[in-house]
Amino acid sequence: MSASAIVSILFDGLAYAMVLFIISVGLSITMGLMGFVNLAHGAFAMAGGYLVVSLTKSLGVPFLPALIIAAVVVGAASIPFERLLYSRLYKATELDQVLLTIGLAFMAIASYTYFYGPAPLTVPLPSFLTGQIDIGVRTVPAYRAFTIVVGAVLIALLWYGFERTNIGAKIRAAVDNRRMAQSVGINVDRLFTLTFALGSGLAAFGGGLAIQTFGLTPSFAVLYLVFFLIIVSVGGLGSLKGTLVASVLLGVFDIGGKYLYSDAGGFFIYVLTVLVLLIKPAGLYGRE
Amino acid sequence: MNPFKWLGAAALGLALSAGAQAANVKIGIMLPFSGVNADLGDANIKGMELFLKLHAKDIAPHTIEIVKRDEGPPSGANAKTVATELITNDKVKMIVGVVFSPSAIAMAPVVTQAKVPLLISNAGTAWITQLSPYIARVSFSMWHDGYPMGTFAAKDLKCKTAAMGYTDFPPGKDSTESFKTGFEKAGGQVIDAIPMGNPAQVPDMTPFFQRVKDKKPDCFYVFIPSGNHASAVVKAYGEVGLKQAGIKLIGPKDVVPDTKLQDMGDAAIGTIVMSNYAADLDNAQNKEFVKAWHDAYGANSNPDFMSAAAWDAMAATFAVIKKLDGNLDDPEKVMAALKGWSTNGPRGKVSIDPETRDVVNDEWALEVIKKPDGKLGTKVLGSIKDVKDECKALKVGRCGGK
Repeated sequence: MSASAIVSILFDGLAYAMVLFIISVGLSITMGLMGFVNLAHGAFAMAGGYLVVSLTKSLGVPFLPALIIAAVVVGAASIPFERLLYSRLYKATELDQVLLTIGLAFMAIASYTYFYGPAPLTVPLPSFLTGQIDIGVRTVPAYRAFTIVVGAVLIALLWYGFERTNIGAKIRAAVDNRRMAQSVGINVDRLFTLTFALGSGLAAFGGGLAIQTFGLTPSFAVLYLVFFLIIVSVGGLGSLKGTLVASVLLGVFDIGGKYLYSDAGGFFIYVLTVLVLLIKPAGLYGRE
Repeated sequence: MNPFKWLGAAALGLALSAGAQAANVKIGIMLPFSGVNADLGDANIKGMELFLKLHAKDIAPHTIEIVKRDEGPPSGANAKTVATELITNDKVKMIVGVVFSPSAIAMAPVVTQAKVPLLISNAGTAWITQLSPYIARVSFSMWHDGYPMGTFAAKDLKCKTAAMGYTDFPPGKDSTESFKTGFEKAGGQVIDAIPMGNPAQVPDMTPFFQRVKDKKPDCFYVFIPSGNHASAVVKAYGEVGLKQAGIKLIGPKDVVPDTKLQDMGDAAIGTIVMSNYAADLDNAQNKEFVKAWHDAYGANSNPDFMSAAAWDAMAATFAVIKKLDGNLDDPEKVMAALKGWSTNGPRGKVSIDPETRDVVNDEWALEVIKKPDGKLGTKVLGSIKDVKDECKALKVGRCGGK
C-alpha cells in the first residue's frame, strides 16, 4: 500500500467521521440521558439539510451562515416535539418509543417528498470549498478538509461545554445517575429538553454538512439511521468520547475497506461492530 | 327460456358488441414511485403521461386505462407481487415500465405463466429479454452503450488503459462486461474493476475515485443506475480531481442524465458518454418532444433518456392497440405486433428486433459542454446507426442461452 493511499484513507475517513460524529452525538447523549430511543434523529438531520438548501438556493444565504441558521432553527423547532410528543413516552416501553419515533421519521419522509420532491438536491458551495487543496503529500478535496476543520472546532466546543461548564457537569451527572442528579436538585427534565434541542441542532448542522457527501433526498431520515445507531452503540450511550472514537474508527474502516477491498463493500464496519460489541456489549466507553 | 337467463345473455351480447366497437384497454404501469429512486419513476411516468395527453385520441374509438403501481426498491423484492396483482386483480392486458433489472428478472416467470406481455421501458440487463417470450424492450440493453463506448474509448479517445466502476447489481456487471469486451477488442486494457455499493443507497464515491486516481488509467468507465448515483459520481469526479489528473470520465448515458445535468455543475463538462438520447439531440421529433415537455412541466424540467424511452414505450403500446383494433386478449398477437414495430420518436428511428424482441436504435457519442447560454448541454462526437444488442450477437455469458 502506497503512502498516498494511506493518506487518502485517513483523510477521507476522518472527514467522513466528522459528519458521522456531528450527527450522532446528539443521539448518543439523548439515549444516554433518558434511555430514549429516538429513531427520528435522522429526520432532524434531514430537516437541517433541506433548510440549508432552501436558505442557500431560494434566499441566497451563503453556505456557512446557512448551516448555523439551520442548526439554530431546527434545534428550536425540536423543543415543541420534545415537550408535546417525546415527554409523554419517557416512562413508556422502548417499543412505544420506537413506534412513535419511526412514525415521525416516515411522516418526515412523506412531508419532504411532498414539498421538495423525491429528487436529490444539491447545495451551492462557495468557490473555496470546491476543487482541491494541496496538503503537501497530495492534493485533497477542499470540502473534506473543511469538514475536518469544522468537526474539530465543534468537538473542542462540545468538550469544553461538557467538561468545563456547569451545565455540562449537570448533563454528565444526569447520564451517570439520573435519580441521584434529581435528588441533588438538578432539573433533569429541563436539562433533557436542552440537550435534545442541542442534539437536534447539531444533527441539523451535520445534515447540512452531509449534503455534499451523502446527498440529500427525503429518505435521508432512515437511510443512514443504521450508521448513526451503530456509532452510538459502539461508542457507548451518552459518551462524547465514545461517539468520537466510534465515528473515527467506523469512518476510517469504511473508507479503507472500500478503497482497498471494494468487493467486500461495507462489510468491514459490520465485522468491527460485531467484534466491539462481543467484547464490550455496552460499547467502548459505555457503562457496563 | 328462463327470463333471467335471457336477460343475462342479452346483457352479455350487448357488452360484447359494445366491446368490439370501442374497447377500454387496461394497461399496467410499473415504476418506482417511492424511495430513493422515485425520481427515476418520475422521469419515466412524465414521458408516458405526456404521450397519453397528446395522443389519447389517436386510438379512438378505443380508450386506454392506466393502472399505476409502485415497482418498489431496486432489489426487485416487490416486483413479483405487484406484477401478480396487476394480472390477477386488475386484469391488465399488458404491463409497461420497469426501471430496475432485478424487478424485470423477478417478474419474468409471472408474465410467462400468465402470458401477459411485458414491455420494458428501462431495465437494461441484456439477457432479460431471453427470460420470457412475453418480454419485449423499447429502452436499451447495457450493451447498446457499453460495447460501442469500449471501441470509441480505445480508437477515438485514445485510451490505452481503463478502470471500471459499477453499482453492484446485474446491469452494472453487464455494462462493464460490455465495455470491457469492446475496449479489449479494440486494443485497450482494463486495469481495475471496482464495485461501488448497491443501487438502494448512494454511497460516498470518494474512496473509489481516490483508488482510480492512484491507479492512473486513461479512462474511467462508470456505470450507476442514473439518478442520485449519477450526481454523486460527477461530484466525486470533480472533488477528487480526476480531471486534473488527466483521467477521462466515460460511461453509458446513465452518468449524465438530462434530468440531473444542470445541477451537476462544471465538474460534468468533458464527460463523454455513449447514448441513444440527449435532450439536445437535433431532430424534429425531439425538438417537438422537448418543447411539449417544457410546456407541460416547466422550463427548468428536462426529459432524459428514460423519459424518451418511456414516450416510445407508450407509442409502441398505442401502435399495438391500433393494430389489434383494441382487442389485446391474445398475447401472441400482442407480441407479434410488437415484433418489428418501429417509430420515429425523440430518439430518432427506433424499432424492436423481431428475432430478439430487443430494441434497435442509433447511438451517439456525446460530450458534455457548456453552451453559449451558460447551461450544460451535449455535443455529438460521433454516431452509429441501427445498433443491435451485441451481447446476443456475440453470445456472451447468459446472452448465449436460449
